[in-house]
Amino acid sequence: LTRLRQSLCALALSTLAAAGLARVVPLAGQTPAPQLVLLTADGRRPIPAFAIDGQDRVALDELATVFQLAVRDEAGAITVSSAGRTAVLTPNQALASVSGRLISLPAPPVRVGTRWFVPLDFIGRVLPLLTNSPIELRRPSRLVIAGNLRVPRVTIRPEPSAASLRITIDATPQAASTITQETGRLTVRFEADALDVTIPGVQPGPFLQALRQLDQTALALDLGPRFATYRAATLPAGSTTRLVLDLLPGQIETSAAPPGTPAGTPVPPGATPTTDPSAAPSDPPRISEELPVFGQPLSPIRTVVIDPGHGGDDAGVRASNGTLEKDLTLAVAQRLKGMLESRLGIRVLLTREEDRTMPVEQRTALANNNKANLFISLHANGSPRTVARGASIYVAAFNPADEPRQRSGERVPVFGGGARDIELVLWDLAQTRYLSDSTDFAAMLEQELRVRIPLDVRPVAPARFRVLASANMPAVLIEMGYLTNADDQNLLAGAGFQNDFVQAVFTGVVRFRDHLTATAGDR
Amino acid sequence: MTPNRLGLVAAVVVAALLAGWGLFTALPRWFGTRQQAAAAAEAAAPGDRAERKIKARLFYVSDDGRSLVPVERDVTYAEDTARQARAIVEAQLVPADPPLVSAIPPGTILRAVFVAGTDAYVDLSGELVTGHPGGSMHEQLTVDTIVSALTANLPKIASVQLLVDGKELDTLAGHVSLSRPLVPNDAIRQPSAESTP
Repeated sequence: LTRLRQSLCALALSTLAAAGLARVVPLAGQTPAPQLVLLTADGRRPIPAFAIDGQDRVALDELATVFQLAVRDEAGAITVSSAGRTAVLTPNQALASVSGRLISLPAPPVRVGTRWFVPLDFIGRVLPLLTNSPIELRRPSRLVIAGNLRVPRVTIRPEPSAASLRITIDATPQAASTITQETGRLTVRFEADALDVTIPGVQPGPFLQALRQLDQTALALDLGPRFATYRAATLPAGSTTRLVLDLLPGQIETSAAPPGTPAGTPVPPGATPTTDPSAAPSDPPRISEELPVFGQPLSPIRTVVIDPGHGGDDAGVRASNGTLEKDLTLAVAQRLKGMLESRLGIRVLLTREEDRTMPVEQRTALANNNKANLFISLHANGSPRTVARGASIYVAAFNPADEPRQRSGERVPVFGGGARDIELVLWDLAQTRYLSDSTDFAAMLEQELRVRIPLDVRPVAPARFRVLASANMPAVLIEMGYLTNADDQNLLAGAGFQNDFVQAVFTGVVRFRDHLTATAGDR
Repeated sequence: MTPNRLGLVAAVVVAALLAGWGLFTALPRWFGTRQQAAAAAEAAAPGDRAERKIKARLFYVSDDGRSLVPVERDVTYAEDTARQARAIVEAQLVPADPPLVSAIPPGTILRAVFVAGTDAYVDLSGELVTGHPGGSMHEQLTVDTIVSALTANLPKIASVQLLVDGKELDTLAGHVSLSRPLVPNDAIRQPSAESTP
């Protein structure tokens, strides 16, 4: 069969050479077409394309430059060589012969002036065989992908409704993504080298003004005036990762506020909305109950314990406007739990789900017993001076006198005789081995909080806090602001602040997770 | 009975009377005078010591509400460390005159102070907890007010443990661990000394 093909090919070539029928198209027949974009590990570069004779084509000499091919035009046949392999193109024949194998093309090569042009499919059908390397042509997006790059196809489908806007984003093959919120914009960034994305036409609306590709691996959703918050869930569907993103309106403050609260004033945490449950500060998004959420199995953060400070008989700080620290911490903790669960697909536990008294040591014990990878205690601060304001992050501190007792050893007998040393970590000093990680996490939180909410003059500090000392994992205590300060107490009770705060902590957790992943080998 | 024998008996009787007077009257009088003098001296001495003062640094909340600043005050002198510690804490618990602000809840009284080695144990009344308005910053300031007042003025005291109504507490208001003696927290103590007459 191979010999037959070779014979046919040789016959065709000789026939063409004899007939001298190599087709020459006048220059006037060459019109520019949307260019191709070549993606390689080194970056991207354009490849000009032309519409010639009703077919999108690319110049053979251009491909020769890009893919280091040798092109010869001999006796009416064109030979293209690379790495010891040769492809033969035949004028007037929609065929190419590569090492004796015939490859069909949608049209024969054409000559314009001194240049030969081949159909775009030459790139995807002939070049991989010729160069013996993966080269893929994605005609709809006009991408040429050379090498083993992750370039998922991304399709976007907006589904507006009266109360929200759902955007479904499919990535094929599967690609994880992270969402970050900045002023007026949501950014969806994929774990990929590039995106093969088709942006649908979107009419500017109350939730979404525009949808665009931000850069090589990210999409930008320019938000509309009704947008207040969002929820998201990811789930694999075959070879596709589906991200469902709901853009939600803000709470209706006059209806969500308790009777007697003036319209437009911040809603105290714990207030129950009557019209829009999804936007209530006390009712965080529970997307995890609506859609299955799948996390990253190798993530170093699989369980997070959030500790809403105080509760029950212990109200914590009482603000002059009636806000209680215990209510505020619970409301924000529930928001944060919803966001971490829905967007990261991880297990999130609260030390208390309702208003009840809970001893400090039981809070840390819950985290230790559930083998949490991260512990976040939420509080609101108070000072004898009302001028103090701003958020701060605390990591554990220990008395110098405790250092010698931080770790101790004990010899225990083993089967078969002998003994071995085991390391004992005292319960009330368990945090000592995680202080470095806790400090790293605190620094990331500071960076994320700084761009969103007011910070204390000393935003990160060590403190001898009981709830941190026994934590057997990275742990921080966040004071969201001072309820003894008039500006802070109004700010902290508002949904806008709580959204910004939760977003900052969420982004901090994602950064810390990535930091742990990147440094896993050093541990 | 011969006159000689009669004189001898009379001499013995007189000697016995003198001995009895001396034993039961003169000697107790003389000894009682010494005791009274000693008692008077003893009574006079505390009065003298009560007048003696030392300059001690007490701690109050800074203007920004995030740290403690030292303020020099006269405090009653005491010869031993425990008594001096008690005098300092009692001075620290006196309500502060404006513009000074104390981080100690009003109504808190001192129950006892005792010293073991370089650790001081300060037993305060329940108002320290029930009157505390909460907040980790306020709580740190409260704890460190007592810790700093003792460690800054008494070189023999390195750390301080707070007790409330004679008992050890986990925390005052949910944050700072009180399960062990604490050293001063440099993070909330301003080094610059503010002196007021």
